[in-house]
Amino acid sequence: MFKGVDFWPHDKIFPIMQVRRSFVITSIVVFCLAVALLATRGLNFGIDFKGGSLFEIQSKSGPVDIAELRAKLGGLGLGSMQIQQLDEPTDALIRFEQQKAAEGESSEKAQQNAAAKVQEALGDDIEIRRTEVVGPAVSGELAWAGITAVTFAIFGILFYIWFRFEWQFAIAAIVALVHDITITLGVFSILGLDFGLSEVAALLTLAGYSINDTVVVFDRIRENLRRYKKMALDQLMNLSINETLSRTVLTSGTTLLAVLSIYVFGTEVIKGFAFAMMFGILIGTWSSIFVASPFLLWIGVKRDWSGIAKSDKATAAARS
Amino acid sequence: MLHFSRFKIGFVVFVCLMGVLATLPNFLSEQTLKSWPTFLPHKQLSLGLDLKGGAHLLLQMDSSELRKDWLKSLRGDVRKQLRDARIRYTGLGQTKDLVRVKLVNQSKMDEALRRLRTSIPQPIGGPFGGGADYDVEVEQGPGDTIEVIPTNAGMQQRITGAITSAIEVIRRRVDNIGTAEPSIVRQGNDRILVQYPGLEDTKRLKELIGKTARLTFHDVHPTMSGQEAEQSQVPLGFVVYPDAEDPGHSYVVREIPLIYGEDLVDANPGFDQNTSEPIISFRFNQKAAVEFGRFTSQNVGRPFAIVLDNGVKDDGSPDVVVLSAPVIREPILGGSGQISGNFSVQSANDLAVQIRSGALPATLTVVEERTVGPSLGADSIEAGEWAALVGGIGVAAFMIFAYGLFGIFALLAVLVNLLLIIGTMSMIGSTLSLPGIAGLILTVGMAVDANVLIYERIREEMRNGKQPISAIDSGFSRAFGTIIDSNLTTLIAGVVMFWLGSGPIRGFAVTLSLGIFATIFTAFLVTRLMVALWVARQKTRKIPAPL
Repeated sequence: MFKGVDFWPHDKIFPIMQVRRSFVITSIVVFCLAVALLATRGLNFGIDFKGGSLFEIQSKSGPVDIAELRAKLGGLGLGSMQIQQLDEPTDALIRFEQQKAAEGESSEKAQQNAAAKVQEALGDDIEIRRTEVVGPAVSGELAWAGITAVTFAIFGILFYIWFRFEWQFAIAAIVALVHDITITLGVFSILGLDFGLSEVAALLTLAGYSINDTVVVFDRIRENLRRYKKMALDQLMNLSINETLSRTVLTSGTTLLAVLSIYVFGTEVIKGFAFAMMFGILIGTWSSIFVASPFLLWIGVKRDWSGIAKSDKATAAARS
Repeated sequence: MLHFSRFKIGFVVFVCLMGVLATLPNFLSEQTLKSWPTFLPHKQLSLGLDLKGGAHLLLQMDSSELRKDWLKSLRGDVRKQLRDARIRYTGLGQTKDLVRVKLVNQSKMDEALRRLRTSIPQPIGGPFGGGADYDVEVEQGPGDTIEVIPTNAGMQQRITGAITSAIEVIRRRVDNIGTAEPSIVRQGNDRILVQYPGLEDTKRLKELIGKTARLTFHDVHPTMSGQEAEQSQVPLGFVVYPDAEDPGHSYVVREIPLIYGEDLVDANPGFDQNTSEPIISFRFNQKAAVEFGRFTSQNVGRPFAIVLDNGVKDDGSPDVVVLSAPVIREPILGGSGQISGNFSVQSANDLAVQIRSGALPATLTVVEERTVGPSLGADSIEAGEWAALVGGIGVAAFMIFAYGLFGIFALLAVLVNLLLIIGTMSMIGSTLSLPGIAGLILTVGMAVDANVLIYERIREEMRNGKQPISAIDSGFSRAFGTIIDSNLTTLIAGVVMFWLGSGPIRGFAVTLSLGIFATIFTAFLVTRLMVALWVARQKTRKIPAPL
């Protein structure tokens, strides 16, 4: 029978906690850079949050001529416009910012009228494959809903970990989570990628993934706290990280494989999502190894878990 | 951990079979499904508009227009009540949010208040609502005035009623476009979401649902022309409406209509026999036919006006025009007639549809529009299939490489996991959109992770010197806590997203949350069952190391 290849060097213990300082400093620097970027450059919000219109078009006769498009649409007087060539030479993405309402006109109507003008100007040779027109009322709500969803999710996670572990674990997990989300946002900022609703979904996915990763390590730390009552805390954490390292790398690898295939094969709509996910998996893995545990060590944990272990065993017994 | 009772085995097999059966319809053609026995699940997973193409329009009702209309009718009620009670008043008018009337004689104040309070306010939730809340309040205002003020609850009730009837009207109008099954639902307080699969050009859709189309028949002032009325003063109870064809021309018509559009039982586009220009022919119901017969008999030789109220224009001004004002040549007793009004074939057709389907209670504005052409939708699905295929093969190869036979067990468990999610989604009728696919991928990641956790744990136990069988046993039981903790934490995020999120985020949350339950089930029952059966099949008492 084929047992599979256990390629992991299990007998080798990486001294991660000993050199944690350099990893933590790297993380802090990158985190601060991300915050600075977000503060100065900000995010390139898509029309979901800013309002405006978007058209994904395909030329029916050969490659699309961006210059010609620009000339055609520039004359409409619809304010600033972005035209982006897509992977297929026949495809392009056109974005208009939110229209200013004319005197006595509602701004929702202004969006609609502008979109109608664009559709007319594009003519018959161009197929409009996707249209999105978002008015100001809706865009504000979408942004707000996104922010509350992320915030509440974080608090929910915080309370759950607090309940299952100890408050130190909860704080450390949230620190790792905020670290991951902020740095991913920073990457979106520096690359100027469009940030819309599906990217929020990606961010939430990454939050789920990152927390999952962190909890696995914490779970092992808790177990080892019960087992080795005398071991120095940094040593114990190092052992726990190393014991779960093969799992962390394997899982990240398989998930990364799945997301990579979406990124390679996916259409324009989902590319941003897949990108955020890929990055999120890497940063989530990084933070569960190099951020969460050092932070936990820094704020310290309760050493005496004997009482809890007993009650846990009782529940485990009841379970089986 | 490795012992399974017969009952438990039966349960696991049953759930897996249910998952397969519920997923199966998605891979069958409609014809095969028809011949499918009725006790088996039939429902197919519905794809989101982003995957199959179509139009998504979010419409917002103009509640200020609704309020204005309501105040107008309240004003009529006040007038009628005070007249019936013979209470004299001056200056009956309406502001943005109330109707105010000034009494001539202050001593009548109490009587007037009592009269209006007993007749105008309606309890919220109908006469049997039982609550103490009323839709309007009648208060004494400054300086001998009485104010009739709609309450917030009353306005809410109005909006709810208007949205409900607007949904009906939209459904009737949209049915004229094609055969697809559109979804028209209320969203939030004053919004309606119209989703029309397969429709690419939303122009016609927007034209059909963008107009209020309230048709009314009015008596025209016998002597005064529009120009005269504008120069002097519009007589009490009359209003001036412009002509549809010639904006310079206008008519003075009685404010209260003779006949309302609701009394039209049929409206069809056609052509005039003499001029062959497009017209709309219509028929009244019994009551209106009698009414109209009486009116036309008494007013031969005089005009009447057919007025089309389309709510508000882009600039917020009222969009009301006189379509035509024909002179009555002879009494019209049959209860049918035709409207000519400089129509094109298309506009006559649209207006007929709009009249037939009834008037919208207020103007609807498009606040969000998303369309996906079918070709792009097909591309998305194709891309998704390729991604699933390549990603799936990659993950499978990886798992088999790392865990051999147990890797195949894990893959089977992940497959069951996916079947359970898709099966459940098909059964409960939820929609799969692109973010939903993302949720599925995260689920695959977490399901693989659950198995990796177990297997790594088993290897670890064996490295620590345990016998294979007890290593397997404690591998499962030790990994259990970790898997529960990591999955439940993610579940919290999923539930919050479902609760607070909208549209795409919700779709994601549904697949993710279902996926977590499926992951816990498959990792702890399906994988474990397969491993237990494998252990049971080993002939020797000392089983070989599995990993």
